[in-house]
Amino acid sequence: MNGAELSPWIALPAAALLVLGGLLGLLGALGLLRLSDFYARIHAPTLANTLGAGCVLIASILVSSAIAERPVVHEVLITLCVILSSPVTAMLLMRAAVYRDR
Amino acid sequence: MRRLTGRILLPLALLVAWVLLNDTLSFGQVLLGALFAMLISLAIRRLRPLAAQPRRLHLLFGLIWHVLMDVIRSNIAVAGVILGATKRQPNVGFIRIPLDMRDPHGLAMLAVILTATPGTVWTDLSPDTNELTLHVLDLKDEAGWVRLIKDRYERPLMEIFE
Repeated sequence: MNGAELSPWIALPAAALLVLGGLLGLLGALGLLRLSDFYARIHAPTLANTLGAGCVLIASILVSSAIAERPVVHEVLITLCVILSSPVTAMLLMRAAVYRDR
Repeated sequence: MRRLTGRILLPLALLVAWVLLNDTLSFGQVLLGALFAMLISLAIRRLRPLAAQPRRLHLLFGLIWHVLMDVIRSNIAVAGVILGATKRQPNVGFIRIPLDMRDPHGLAMLAVILTATPGTVWTDLSPDTNELTLHVLDLKDEAGWVRLIKDRYERPLMEIFE
């Protein structure tokens, strides 16, 4: 079974989740443009790596499980690593900014 | 019992990661994964002798659920702030929250939860007064934030790790 024969019950929610995840990534980028200073901007990209990444993750699980015809969940590890590592970067950036402005 | 859960969690997590990475439940891979999990856990104990002693692990499920709901809610809130930013810039600010938790593992969890949630970034924890400085994107109700973090996150984390 390949992607072209995917049942609409899988394809439609997966497509909706991908669009939503993409929109959240776009909103995060838009935030970098629209917000005025570093302290406000640091919050914008979090949209993409929390709910945005979650949407892409669920879409990926749905599609690959349907194609393989068994549960495929190893993508969870990617999301887990993103969730565990991105706060470290955010905190480092934040502390560097606070130190600079002191 | 408490020592046992502390010792078994890391090898178990490593084994789950191994099985997920290989995407199979075959006997050979599980055996190999268990072997690696045990060896790595032994090596880690030398690197970081201060072991976490989590207990009352059922509280973790409620906490994860709360965090998931809060992440979705604050995604919507931050999206609203970004879309409205041409009219009104958000009211950014730092708040200080006195913490009661001292366990480094619990504090690390709290730092990850707060920073991963859109709209808040953990900035500093003063080592002598144990006071957390938190940066908030759209600061309206300061007391509400303090209450939320202390009741919703800090209390369950203290029950788990202390």
